[in-house]
Amino acid sequence: MKIEIMGMGCAKCIQLMVNAEKAVKEAGVQAEVVKVEDINRIVGYGIMITPALVVDGKVISAGKLLSAEEIGKFIVKKGL
Amino acid sequence: MLKVMIDRLVYNLIGLPKGAIFSEAVDFFLYDTIKIFLLLIVIIFIVSIIRTFFSPEKTRAILGQKKSYVGNVLASLLGIVTPFSSCSAVPLFLGFVEAGAPLGVTFSFLVASPMINEVALVMLWGLFGFKVALLYIGSGLLVAVASGIVIGQLKVEDLVEKFDHKKPKVDIEGSVMNLKDRFDFAKGYTLDILKKIWIYVIIGIGLGAWIHGYVPADFLAKFARRGNWFAVPLATIIGIPLYSNAAGVIPLVSALTEKGVDLGTALAFMMAVTGLSLPEFLILRRVMKLKLLVIFASVVGGGIILTGYFFNYILR
Repeated sequence: MKIEIMGMGCAKCIQLMVNAEKAVKEAGVQAEVVKVEDINRIVGYGIMITPALVVDGKVISAGKLLSAEEIGKFIVKKGL
Repeated sequence: MLKVMIDRLVYNLIGLPKGAIFSEAVDFFLYDTIKIFLLLIVIIFIVSIIRTFFSPEKTRAILGQKKSYVGNVLASLLGIVTPFSSCSAVPLFLGFVEAGAPLGVTFSFLVASPMINEVALVMLWGLFGFKVALLYIGSGLLVAVASGIVIGQLKVEDLVEKFDHKKPKVDIEGSVMNLKDRFDFAKGYTLDILKKIWIYVIIGIGLGAWIHGYVPADFLAKFARRGNWFAVPLATIIGIPLYSNAAGVIPLVSALTEKGVDLGTALAFMMAVTGLSLPEFLILRRVMKLKLLVIFASVVGGGIILTGYFFNYILR
């Protein structure tokens, strides 16, 4: 699973990254968490409000700081 | 009613002497803080509910098909209901331009969205009254529409940095929200905002209460007296670097207007605080040539200054 955090470096984006890493660790799944700051890629996904969370190329949320639990729920659902 | 309760608390229960400067400052502080927080909770909640009906994707689809003038008005109105933070400025800007919205229309949105927001609205309503809050919304809309039209006329498309990315495939999960989702969203959003601004609100009102009680009434009258032509531009320029503290700045401005600052000057200052911001410019530099940023700041700044003069003139 590939989790991408889309954002240009504001406080919320950094927090979302931390939450995503925590969620992956707690779920115990194999996943790569990366931060994407390249505006071309962000806009390429059609994202207009950051931070956004993209999992395996699919935009899960935009403009929302998801908690580790919320991300965790999604990872587990997807893992099954 | 709230005023009576606070008065009773301060003078009867705590027993501070009536008429003393200190007890009046305490009374003023408690009354304003409680009133503002009640208003914040109610208004942010209502605005968030409205917000769930206008996603940025929907706004983009609407603005992408609009031409100038009508587009500028729509963009400014949609700017009010779309949440804005300076770190989203770039993707929003590119998203609108990509979708085919004229540059001037996009600028109208960029001006209105941060300038007219629910926090500024509540602070103005609570501390200046409903009329001034409406005045602020009205003139904010006017500045946003006019700035967008002016920038659109300047034909500055070549000053947008070139980007090469694949056309966005827009497939953000457009989940359908039911009433409970909207309530949950609004609750979460209201808490988020309150968490972010409560400290500024308290500090702002605290300082305001201090000024109210301890600063002589004509302290600023010398500087900002009617006819002092530089008061409005100076207030606008000072306002630019103060972004993100609108919650703390408005109580201060409210106290300062009691001490002789004209309302037009105060309005110009608050519009500059919310509408023009240094961090936003730094971020927008990634998509705009410096020249376009300077044009953007001058057109909007000019509009704000004119608005300030106008209100100082008609409210005298």
